[in-house]
This record gives sequence, structure tokens and C-alpha cells, in this order.
Amino acid sequence: MGIYLPIAEISVNVFVLLAMGAAVGFLSGMFGVGGGFLITPLLIFYNIPPAIAVATGANQVIASSFSGVLSHMKRGTLDFKLGGVLLAGGIVGSTGGIYVFAFLRRLGQLDLFISLLYVVLLGTVGGLMLVESVNALRATRSGAAPALKKSGQHNWIHRLPLKMRFRASKLFVSVIPVLGLGAGIGFLSSIMGVGGGFIMVPALIYLLKVPTNVVIGTSLFQIIFTSAYTTLVHATTNQTVDVVLAFLLMAGGVAGAQYGAKAGQRLRGEQLRALLALLVLAVAIRLAIDLFVTPPNLYSLSGADLN
Amino acid sequence: MPAPKAFATAILLSLLAAAVPAKAQTPLPPEGIQIGLSTDNVSITAGFSGADLTIFGSLENPDPLVARQGRYDVIVVLEGPPRPVVVRRKDRVLGVWVNLDSETFENVPMSYSVATTRPLQDITEPNSYKQLSLGASNLYMQPADAGDSPATIEEFTAALRDRKSATGLYSENVGGVQFLSQNLFRATVRLAPNVPVGTHKARAFLFKSGLFIKESSAQLEIRKSGFEQSIFRVAHDYSFLYGVFAISLAMITGWLGRLVFRKD
Repeated sequence: MGIYLPIAEISVNVFVLLAMGAAVGFLSGMFGVGGGFLITPLLIFYNIPPAIAVATGANQVIASSFSGVLSHMKRGTLDFKLGGVLLAGGIVGSTGGIYVFAFLRRLGQLDLFISLLYVVLLGTVGGLMLVESVNALRATRSGAAPALKKSGQHNWIHRLPLKMRFRASKLFVSVIPVLGLGAGIGFLSSIMGVGGGFIMVPALIYLLKVPTNVVIGTSLFQIIFTSAYTTLVHATTNQTVDVVLAFLLMAGGVAGAQYGAKAGQRLRGEQLRALLALLVLAVAIRLAIDLFVTPPNLYSLSGADLN
Repeated sequence: MPAPKAFATAILLSLLAAAVPAKAQTPLPPEGIQIGLSTDNVSITAGFSGADLTIFGSLENPDPLVARQGRYDVIVVLEGPPRPVVVRRKDRVLGVWVNLDSETFENVPMSYSVATTRPLQDITEPNSYKQLSLGASNLYMQPADAGDSPATIEEFTAALRDRKSATGLYSENVGGVQFLSQNLFRATVRLAPNVPVGTHKARAFLFKSGLFIKESSAQLEIRKSGFEQSIFRVAHDYSFLYGVFAISLAMITGWLGRLVFRKD
């Protein structure tokens, strides 16, 4: 069944989009990530213009994150104060990102920049995760006990000034890295259409040493607001949010996510991480190939603003 | 039999007498051309997958002899609204394809559909097409920066035409104009699926034995209609409210999704 997307201005198949949303939702439920980093490249592969894929991806992320935050709120695994500080940084980063986005679009380099960012980030994160999870799998197979985290150890981040206490996370840490992390994620959110969970979660755990149980809820909490802000700014400055497209993805996504979460409980953590790493790497490789393969048309047209 | 001969001569003379002064005093009225559109606006819906637009027209005062010999030619053009366009060229930088050079053109017709009685090269000389700026290959594309080298401008102009043809926005329908009678003709121009909205200009050019005689034009408004178009308009006119709506929709979907599919 075909449907015409009002903003993307192309006809697409409803079932392909629902299935895409469901598949990504399933994976995001399984791995506890928002799925924006999969949705946006998939939309680009499906010939949705990158600028629209990014803005709509940000919109779609709100739905899955909101759904997730509701369960974390119920369980009390959410640090509102930490989320709030991350959010303050996120708004700044996102605003900057929107300007960079509009600027690159004018230059005609937006598509390239989005692809490059995806290749670099997904490649790095996927590579690191794969190495880590394969090591963990090997360690369990050889019977060695997994290395305990040295929780007492402090790194340079904990020596920065302007410390603040985050009770729910049992954390006393400088606001500088928290704001910086929020800003970085906000920037990525507006340029890549991702929530940023796949960077936020490891950063909170390994850099700020936030207890794992509050990490996902807090990360999702701040992602809702950052991506809502990103959606709003994209809608007003670039008019690139396609609600019809977003709704189809969300509808598939929220359904898929619940089943994914159930499936995820049956797999072991290392296996799950190894699978996710392979998936992330596959997307990165696919995007990288497109950068190097000779395009069928070297010339492209776009509207210009001469005033 | 002198009588009939004289009669015949008389007729001939009277015919001549009728014809000669007529030519001297009031020459044959000049040929003209008129086109008519059945409507001055066309609404296309979201699922629009391209269509043919029929334009009727008539020749005024055609010379029956010329018409019988098929020496009248008509070219009908439907020209979309002009917009500035950037043409970009990808080049390899460290193995990666990057948009490097670009050229901006002002007032490029967004679409340009031509219908003709015969192939363009059979109707008249390339020079007169150039003078009339008629045909996609004769459209003058005005570069925004005239300081660029002519070779570059030519290259990007060619690429612009090529891309427009590839997407069906610039099209040529040879044989798309048919004479239904000596006076009446019908032109079929193609509307591409991605035909731009706005004011389109329909123009008809009349040629007689390869000579340009006259031109006539009419305007046509193409607009989109339907649910999708309303969304598009809201997204552009009330972008802030649209953004708020998009966010609320996402939150409600997320909340409902949890209610409906909850597994914990």
C-alpha cells in the first residue's frame, strides 16, 4: 500500500515503514537503545532525503524514549537532577547543531557530513563494543571470572572543579563533564537524528561512573527532551519533520520494542552486546561503501536562496 | 463557339478583377494563433503520478493551401515557475565523493514541457530557436556569478538540462501537437509526477514554412490539494505549532504503545 509523505514528497510503502519501525523497535527493546542510529541510516537507504531522515528520526526517538522512561519512573531508576544538568548541556549542543546543520545544507555538504559522522561514530562504537564483548565471551568460556570494576578508582574527570551532588546516582562530580557530555549528545542529536543513547550510556558508566541501574532511565529522560527540542527547532528552521513518516515508524517501533525487551531477557549480556556491535558495524560499513562507490550521477540540483 | 469562350474569359477576368484589387488594398489578414485552457488552475493530489495536459488552440486566417501542404507547424510549451537552482558536481577527495564545484543559476524554469507537430530540427533553423529562446536546449540559464569561466558555465548548464530531463521535468513530445482541422489543433504536454506547484505559462508558437509567425500565451496555476498538502502547508505556515504537534504525537504514541503492548 503506497502512501505519499507530505514533507519528503515521495511515495513509500506503508508496510515497509511499519516493518522498519518494528524491526528497529525490536532491536532497541532488546538492547535498551533508542534506535535512532539505525532508523536514520535505514531511511537514507530507503531514499528519504537525509535532511528529512534526520529530523524525522529525532521525532521518532521521542516515542520510544518516552515509552521507556515511563517504566523507569515506575521503578525509580531515574536521576532527575543528573538528567536535568545533562539536558541543560543538551539544549546548548542541539542549538549549535541546528546552525551547523542549516549551514552545511546551504553549502551542499550536509549529506556527506551526516554519512561521515555515522561512519566514524558507528564504526568506533561498534568496533569497541565488539572487542569488549568478544573478550568477555572468551573470558566466560575459559571459565575465568569477569574482572570486577574498580569502583573506588577516580579519573581526571573527578578532579575538575564546580562539583555537584547527585543523590539518586550516589555521585559527587563536577558539572563540567556532565554539561559537556549533554552538549555533545545534543549536537549529535540535531545533526544525526539520534537520541545518543549508544554514546550516553557508556559515557555515563565509564567516564562519570554512574551506577548502571540508573543510567538507562536517566539517559532516556534527557534524550526525550533533547530530541523534542531538536524536533521543534528542525520543524521551525528547516521544515524537515515529516509527521506521517514519523508516525509510521513510531507505531511499528513501540510494538516491536516491547517484544524486543522480552527477547532480550533470554540472551546473555555479552552475546547481546556482540550482536549489537555487529549490527552497528554493518550499518557503518554500508554507509562507508556509499561514500566510496562512484555515484551514478556526479551532478545534483538543489534550490538556492539568493535573497 | 465564341459565346462560351467569352463567358469563360469573363469569369476569369472578373476573378482577377476581384483578386488583384483585394491584394492591393487589404492584404490577406495575417495568420494568428490562439490557445485556450479549459481551466486556469489544476489541482493535483498527493498520489499524482504524472499526467498529460491537453491544450486546444486554433490558427486564425490560415492559408488553406499552406495548411493542406502541412507547412504550418505549432510548438506548445508549458513552462514552470522560475526559481534559482544550484548545480553541484561531485569529485573524489581521498577516495570519497564530495560535492566540490557548484554553479548557481537564477530564474531557471522548474519544468519545461514541449509538444511539437514535428521534430524540432525539421520545423525551423537552430538560430531562430535561439532567438525565440525556445526548446530546453535553447533556454538561457543565467549564472548568478557571471565571472565564472564560460567553459564551467557551459558544463553546469548542460548538467542542469540533463538532470531536469532525467527527472522528466524537461520533456519533449514530438508529434504531441496534432491538427484536428485546418484551424484547430490539440497539444498534449506532459506533467511530470514531481511537477512544481505555482504559475505555469503555456505558450504556443506558430511557424509557416520554417518562419516564425506569431506567439500566444496563457497562464495556468498548478496547485496540490488533499490531506498531505494540508500537512505540508501547516508545516511551513505554522511550523512551531507543527513541531509541538509532532512531539505530542510521539509522546502519545509512546504512552499508548506501552499501554497496549506492555510486557513487564
